[in-house]
Amino acid sequence: MKLALVADLHANREAVGAVLAHAATQGAERYVFLGDYVGYGADPAWVVDRLREHVAAGAVAVIGNHDAAVVQGPQPSMVADARAVVEWTRSRLDRDQLAFLAKLPLTETLGDALFVHANAWAPGEWAYLVGRGEAMRSLLATDRRFTFCGHVHVPMLYHLSSTGKAGDFAPAPGVAIPLSAHRRWLAIAGSAGQPRDGDPAACYAMFDSDDRVLTFFRVPYDHEAAAAKVRAAKLPATLAQRLGGGR
Amino acid sequence: MDAEASVVAPASLEVGDVVDDFRLDAVAHRGGMATLWHVSRLVAVEGDPPLLMKVPRVRGGEDPAAIVGFEVEQMIMPTLAGPHVPRFVATGDFTHVPYIVMERIDGASLRERFDAAPLAIDQVARIGAKVATALHDLHRQRVIHLDVKPSNIVFRRGDDGSEGDAVLIDFGLSHHDLLPDLLKEEFDLPMGTSPYMSPEQVRFVRNDPRSDLFSTGVMLYHLTTGARPFGMPSSVHGLRRRLYRDPVAPRTLRPDCPPWLQEILLRCLEVRPEKRYQAASQLAFDLLHPDQVALTKRATRIGSGSTVRTVKRWFASLAERDELTGGVAGAAARSPIVLAAVDVAGAEPALLESVREAALRLLKSEPGARLACLAVMRIHRIGIDDLLEPDGTSRHVKLLVGLRHWSRPLLHAFAGVAHGGDAASRITVHVLEATDPATAIVEYARRNQVDHIVLGARSSGRLRRHLGSVSARVAAEADCTVTVVRANDGER
Repeated sequence: MKLALVADLHANREAVGAVLAHAATQGAERYVFLGDYVGYGADPAWVVDRLREHVAAGAVAVIGNHDAAVVQGPQPSMVADARAVVEWTRSRLDRDQLAFLAKLPLTETLGDALFVHANAWAPGEWAYLVGRGEAMRSLLATDRRFTFCGHVHVPMLYHLSSTGKAGDFAPAPGVAIPLSAHRRWLAIAGSAGQPRDGDPAACYAMFDSDDRVLTFFRVPYDHEAAAAKVRAAKLPATLAQRLGGGR
Repeated sequence: MDAEASVVAPASLEVGDVVDDFRLDAVAHRGGMATLWHVSRLVAVEGDPPLLMKVPRVRGGEDPAAIVGFEVEQMIMPTLAGPHVPRFVATGDFTHVPYIVMERIDGASLRERFDAAPLAIDQVARIGAKVATALHDLHRQRVIHLDVKPSNIVFRRGDDGSEGDAVLIDFGLSHHDLLPDLLKEEFDLPMGTSPYMSPEQVRFVRNDPRSDLFSTGVMLYHLTTGARPFGMPSSVHGLRRRLYRDPVAPRTLRPDCPPWLQEILLRCLEVRPEKRYQAASQLAFDLLHPDQVALTKRATRIGSGSTVRTVKRWFASLAERDELTGGVAGAAARSPIVLAAVDVAGAEPALLESVREAALRLLKSEPGARLACLAVMRIHRIGIDDLLEPDGTSRHVKLLVGLRHWSRPLLHAFAGVAHGGDAASRITVHVLEATDPATAIVEYARRNQVDHIVLGARSSGRLRRHLGSVSARVAAEADCTVTVVRANDGER
């Protein structure tokens, strides 16, 4: 089955629309959403509504730290910008939409795969997974062969051999990567709504669970329109600027 | 059926056993890392070649070299095609019986020729050209073999029994440019076969295709002189000697070795990859055209180089670099304008990439260049155009977004070479609306004093006949240089 893996959508309607359209043309049979549907972007309600439609149609979705923060409401510990975005986002979501986000689980599994926003060792603490050491820690915290996550906003593929050696790999877009059944794999699907690897094109991944083949995709979208909406909503200007540079 | 019961230990396979769709007919070869079986399909498939099944020797996961090498081969073989590799047929994973089924190449192995070394000069050249041609085809598919040696090269047998194309086998140590390198992290010792390993491999570098040319040089040296240039070291210390010691000049061992062949052999065996041939195709060309080989001091060298020579060589290479810097600075005075006409909406991805590569080459060779990226939005002469996509987005904006996406890698690459001003100001994107793309491109170039147009040409004859060739008209009508690019997808 072809699973479309979409992470860190961040209320970016233009990017999410482009990614979902692309995944459909690639023959996606099931959608997996890896968290952070809101925060940063100007279209939280639209993105949450798309998510609800997909979940109603059988999609898998886990909660991200931004979703949890919006559900919880502004906290004194947040920096000013973050508090402003959380307040603004809450003002744009109705009670049903917030309740939907609140009910999302931290982790889901499907066959040999684990889905989680940040990492497998402490999903609710939102520690960033950067580097082989943390990838290994996460892979050893689950009995599933494949882990798919988001949170870092940079597409990445880690692997762990049967002898305990971990490797990392920066995937090239559009290249089908066969995942050997003899090792464990952890893929960070990149970010659909706010890429940070210098390429502003929206990122997602497709996993064929029968053939165990993973492909990362980059989908160009009208990031200027998305940035203009962020400015129009009077959200912090840096959130608009970073979309154009993919930073 | 109980899944556990179907797991067969590879060591226990016997003639007549059935593995998935294949019946084991006979053992072809038992090696240290794997057993090769002659197999046939339970249900014959038309067009199937004779089949060989490779089953790694895996006992309880205790031999990482065998397992990881097999994983690498399983990953890379399905990506390869063409006459210079065995055709990939099927694979099975470690949860059942691990195997790869591939085409069986029935010709002779190059290994057999080494018993007769030294060979006649023309035979050495012919073998070398075949191996280099095969390597070029492999490198074009983004794979570096990294274990080029006589036993990993087989020749197809021609219909009349003659020696055909060279085929590379065993990709257990190979590196694919776009796939994870599973071997890089696994071992603490240099990987390869000691007589043939390049200096880079000794230093753990696994991503330089010129490593394969070094190994080819070792084989051809052996076939020419009857001796290995670096012996057969059994320690890492012994391996490292090739980082600083020159091999004995072939003509010292075999006086009738022509200067052009010594030139080729010693060039392949250069310690620094940038002093070797830069592509296997160049090596093949020289071996096929001995009279075209440019002779240097290598051609007449006698005996073995000294350490002093190595140091001198190092200084010489520094001077070379300075010269290059001067050349680049001189060229910066020129500021040509390059126009890339890009059919972002209509062209195949492979063609778009080829156009980008061509543009990048031009930018790199002309550091003062400016690049204008142009897409033409076709509108109709008569009637009202639908300027919106079915989903409501503007066609113009969509083209602009696509064109920016296309040009982004150029921006990154150009940032490294551009002189004066930032790279972003030197790459611009433009969408023109016109009824006739060819005329629009030619007019734009004329108006903007463009020096060089780069554009792609469709490869499908049928489409071209139907739509007419924009590239042909631009090439015919433009005032400036025009580069027409075709997709480099290996389908030709």
